[in-house]
Amino acid sequence: MEPLGTFEIIGRILYQFTSVWLALVILFAASIAFKRRLGLYGKLFDSPIGMIGFALVMFWIFTGVFGQMDLIVTHDSLTQISGMKNKVPGTALRGVGEDVYPWYLMGGDNLARDVFSRMVEGAWVVVQIAPLATLFAFMVGITLGLPAGYFGGRLDTGISFLANLILAFPVILLFYLLVTPEIVATGVPNFMATVLFIFPIVFTGVLINSRYHTQPGFRTPLMIGVLGVMFWIYLSMISTNGYLVNNEDFAIPALPKILDLFDVSGGILVVFVSVVFVNSPTVFRIVRGLAMDIKTRDYVAAAQTRGEGAWYIMLWEILPNARGPLIVDFCLRIGYTTILLGTLGFFGLGLPPESPDWGSTINEGRRLLSIYLHPALPPALALLSLVLGLNLLADGLREESLKD
Amino acid sequence: MGMFILKRSGVMILTALALTVAVFFLTNLQPNLEKIAKFEGNARMTDDEVTSWLAKRGYAQPMMKRYGEWLGVSKGWTYTDDAGKVSGRCIAHGQPAEEAPARCGILQGDWGSSSVFKADVTDIVAKRLALTGKLMFWVMVLMIPSALVVGVLAGMKEGSKTDRTLSSFSILTTATPEYVSGVIFIALLASSKNGLSPLLYEWGLIEGKSLFKGTATSAMENANFNNFFLPVLTIALYGMGYIARMTRASMAEVMTAQYIRTARLKGVKFSDIVLKHALRNALIAPFTVIMLQIPWLLNGVVIVETLFNYKGFGWSLVQAASNNDIELLLGISVVSVVVVLATQLISDIGYVYLNPRIRIS
Repeated sequence: MEPLGTFEIIGRILYQFTSVWLALVILFAASIAFKRRLGLYGKLFDSPIGMIGFALVMFWIFTGVFGQMDLIVTHDSLTQISGMKNKVPGTALRGVGEDVYPWYLMGGDNLARDVFSRMVEGAWVVVQIAPLATLFAFMVGITLGLPAGYFGGRLDTGISFLANLILAFPVILLFYLLVTPEIVATGVPNFMATVLFIFPIVFTGVLINSRYHTQPGFRTPLMIGVLGVMFWIYLSMISTNGYLVNNEDFAIPALPKILDLFDVSGGILVVFVSVVFVNSPTVFRIVRGLAMDIKTRDYVAAAQTRGEGAWYIMLWEILPNARGPLIVDFCLRIGYTTILLGTLGFFGLGLPPESPDWGSTINEGRRLLSIYLHPALPPALALLSLVLGLNLLADGLREESLKD
Repeated sequence: MGMFILKRSGVMILTALALTVAVFFLTNLQPNLEKIAKFEGNARMTDDEVTSWLAKRGYAQPMMKRYGEWLGVSKGWTYTDDAGKVSGRCIAHGQPAEEAPARCGILQGDWGSSSVFKADVTDIVAKRLALTGKLMFWVMVLMIPSALVVGVLAGMKEGSKTDRTLSSFSILTTATPEYVSGVIFIALLASSKNGLSPLLYEWGLIEGKSLFKGTATSAMENANFNNFFLPVLTIALYGMGYIARMTRASMAEVMTAQYIRTARLKGVKFSDIVLKHALRNALIAPFTVIMLQIPWLLNGVVIVETLFNYKGFGWSLVQAASNNDIELLLGISVVSVVVVLATQLISDIGYVYLNPRIRIS
């Protein structure tokens, strides 16, 4: 096989993404056709900036998902093919069978793995962790921020002090302290997961109870059903092989293995927990500020006069009216979480060293940066474009939500 | 005002205490102590040897007692070996045990010593902090004026083409973390084989093989444009976008105020309106943002110092954390807490002084 020229490389890369282009076209056509009926999401398609941002974000989401379905990647992200170490983009493989893709489209890294496939697989790591971790951080921030802002007083002082404490920690030091193998072995991250992951359950429980507590006949079955399922997922998430923590010194049993729905691999759980932990205090501060602002409004006073409970007012009066800034911050924060994940990878923390996530690949590539550009640049640009997309999306949403 | 500062200082001390307890707890967990024993002693020690190694060095005591020793409120540990020789936390090498002070912690001014660098924590922190201070100074010199200029120009006429271009630029910089922009800069500007440098070299525009240096190690002693600009630019760029956007928002808000409209209707020149009427009010908000940005920059400093191998405060943080250097880590956390909370305090006080509306009420 001949090595590929520049245009051929670009052409073939674009061709590999066919499924992504198709999905994007369908999504955009459908969204634009029905944009008047889609609320804030539909309005996004009135703003060019928002549309560009949304396209970038969806590009990487589709890439992550389809990459996992083997539609895009050309090689396995861990396979090393001899003779391909640090080879430039478009180099043809030698001595491989018919069924192997005959080129490394973006070259090989210093362990002779395909840079292109690793970049695509790296998108999946981000798509898996970043949105969910941000959602959890929001659950923690909202559950603590609403009462702190609404009640004020000692409660507020106490939680705010804790939040400021975490914020005063240099993020990278925190990562080093939480994510090193020695700490993971003691189970500290698992305990933190046990505490942090309970917040969504508390949030949902209070949400349902405050709304339907006047109709116990409807509330009780609903609560049992929803919370039961959530609690099962919660237990599955925190337990691995039937244990919460299982090391030489002690073991804490959790959900038996038969009932365990899925296993979160150790590295991902630790990364997830530390990212949630770092993000929650900032969300808390935002929610607290919004709650303090909104609780002086007339409709809150009206609800208080009606005799509604405090949690009803917080969750069904204040929270819906704070949604604009929160949605915008949610987009920005996914971007920030992506940056944090990259930081973890950059320092080689948490995820296994052969993991294809962008931070780790940038870290590997930078050592030979002055000689070989191609291993480090694709993941760097990928991360840049995803975060840029999220920022533009947040900007578009902010603009459109202010128009109301 | 005095009461306010006193209260904030109290909170600062409380935060520092809570934070150091957390760091102390995490670094002193059993697996971490075993790691230290194997790192400093012998990698092939048996479990019993590890236990006795730890006992000889005072690690076997309860954790809170040892935290008290570090703080200087409880007596330092002593250990008498089989030959009757006494060693202890406060007993310097070769010093008779009777002459040593009973307590030696940070209250007595003793910050302990670093196990990685084999030196006093005070010396290391002072030296590294000075190097990082140099870096931060140039970052500020580059970042603040350019951020303010970009923000003011963008906010002057909201929705104009300048605004769109500059706003997109600031969004782009906030979306580029240091480890991405640093890698791109090194690839494009500091490589002798790729990017701009070979071109410039061919044209005879630069003398060396590359435009900039990819490492800043030499900038520790002798900083010049060639070896120091890239790290400074990398940090400054990430922080810049956020300040510029804040300045833009604040400027855009001021430009819609009544007194600006009055000035315009009176026929004041546009440049005079911006420079004499709008600017002063528009710069109040960015000031607080700049101060609050400093702790954020600290994060960037860690990444950039690692990337460019500049051996400052952030670099020592990484070294200390990856080798579980307990006393150095504690020292570093105290310094960072003080930096974070002091900047918050300055930003609050500065806001009051800059904003007459708050000062008078």
